[in-house]
Amino acid sequence: MNWYGVRAIYRFEMNRTFRTISQSLIAPVLSTSLYFVVFGTAIGNRVGDIDGVSYGAFIIPGLVMLSLLSESVSNASFGIYLPQWTGTIYELLSAPVSYLEAVLGYVGAATTKSVMIGALILATARLFVPYEIEHPVWMLGFLFLTAVSFSLLGFIIGLWADDFQKLQIVPVMVLTPLTFLGGAFYSIEMLSPTWQKIALLNPVVYLISGFRWSFYGISDVNVYVSLGAISGFLFVGLAAVWWVFKTGWKLKK
Amino acid sequence: MTDAILEIEGLEKTYADGFSALKGIDLSIREGEIFALLGPNGAGKTTLINIICGIVNLSKGSVRAAGHDVVRDFRKTRSMIGLVPQELSTDSFESVIATMKFSRGLFGKPPNPAHLEQVLKDLSLWDKRNNKIITLSGGMKRRVLIAKALSHEPRILFLDEPTAGVDVELRHDMWKMVHGLRERGVTIILTTHYIEEAEEMADRIGVINKGSLIVVEDKEVLMRRLGKKQLTIRLGAPMSALPDTLVSPDVELSEDGTTLVYTYDSQKEENGICDLLKGLTDLGLEFADLQSKESSLEEIFVQLVREEKTA
Repeated sequence: MNWYGVRAIYRFEMNRTFRTISQSLIAPVLSTSLYFVVFGTAIGNRVGDIDGVSYGAFIIPGLVMLSLLSESVSNASFGIYLPQWTGTIYELLSAPVSYLEAVLGYVGAATTKSVMIGALILATARLFVPYEIEHPVWMLGFLFLTAVSFSLLGFIIGLWADDFQKLQIVPVMVLTPLTFLGGAFYSIEMLSPTWQKIALLNPVVYLISGFRWSFYGISDVNVYVSLGAISGFLFVGLAAVWWVFKTGWKLKK
Repeated sequence: MTDAILEIEGLEKTYADGFSALKGIDLSIREGEIFALLGPNGAGKTTLINIICGIVNLSKGSVRAAGHDVVRDFRKTRSMIGLVPQELSTDSFESVIATMKFSRGLFGKPPNPAHLEQVLKDLSLWDKRNNKIITLSGGMKRRVLIAKALSHEPRILFLDEPTAGVDVELRHDMWKMVHGLRERGVTIILTTHYIEEAEEMADRIGVINKGSLIVVEDKEVLMRRLGKKQLTIRLGAPMSALPDTLVSPDVELSEDGTTLVYTYDSQKEENGICDLLKGLTDLGLEFADLQSKESSLEEIFVQLVREEKTA
């Protein structure tokens, strides 16, 4: 293993994060705070408790997921897209770095950043709403697995994209709608029976449900189903990356 | 003769769109030499380099660096090869030193600040080490790319058009640096459009055209083998036509009748200069000036590529 190479990529990516700190860390925290002000405090006071949890506290896990998914995808996709766009990818390709090592560096950095954002949002939320975490180990597990899976997805998108617009398609057009409709702001039980069935086709439902369970012990689906779902995403992500590298898809002519 | 550090056998590359960029290249590079690869645009120079460095997949054949296959043993081969690409692709917002540390790490080497300092000083970049790359001029960016390639102490260094768009001073600095590296035993392969550069620096020269190596030869031998010499004689008084005794396919009279140009093969013992001068004296013709000129590598190159076209 070329650990110096992995470390070099990881550091490079983390430097990029801290260099653009206002965009990469402050922006997601700011937008989440706005959600708390609007939904948690202003509207939440009129909504009442859901399954014994105040509305403000209820939306916290969903809000963390909302940022986690889009930030993981955009950060990892940007990380590998940028060198292709500027041409500096030549160095990575000519270096004694295996595909596994490249993924460890890029996806590792994207995951770190996502987990940091998740933690910052949780800390910010504490300023607005008091909440407890019933199952902290599960919470960290879900946070980490989701960050890794969606960073892998982002890495693939970054390889696939050939312009900046394509980088934004998945986070904006797919993930954000799925998260909004996946129970970030409501319980699936509040929907009509037909819509409940349709909602279960939305993979993000399982992520939010499991994550919320780790906070309050309430969930739309069994927590083990959620765990199975996130493990499934991770597996699909790993398989896709493995295939990309086996074929050298889009990186090498 | 030193051992080959790079052995290329039957190398072919056909791109997905069917374009055949390399058509069976066989080439062996000796350890410690400076090899110049010449060729017109699109001849396959960069493709060849990119295959050796691992940026482009080969279609057929093999490449070995110090005995290791560049595909199977890519870790070993890539860690000993440094590449300075043709395009000025840099991480604009990084500092010079940060980008060098990144390169060194990427190539699997433990940190070595003293080595990086030496490289930066050799390239007159030490003062700029904390500058963001975006603030540097084009020539400075080129130096940064070289510094990155040297940061991991390669045994083989590829310079793809290192002096394209670079001012004279930097070009001379670069030549000096290349000679310095060679003294330390680094093998250097460079591609260039400036034939003057190959003439100045290279030990051996390869000419590539349309994906095939036309010629690989010691520079001196190549220049001697293909070099023509010309003797220009400025006459004391103009003449209207060549006297019969001097008529030959190798002798030309200028339009204004003031100069004679004699082309001869520099390799031949009997080059005919004596006969020509004697002929002129016998006719009682006076000459004001004599000048002889050797054909440059550039002329040789143009001639080679042209021959290839008509063949």
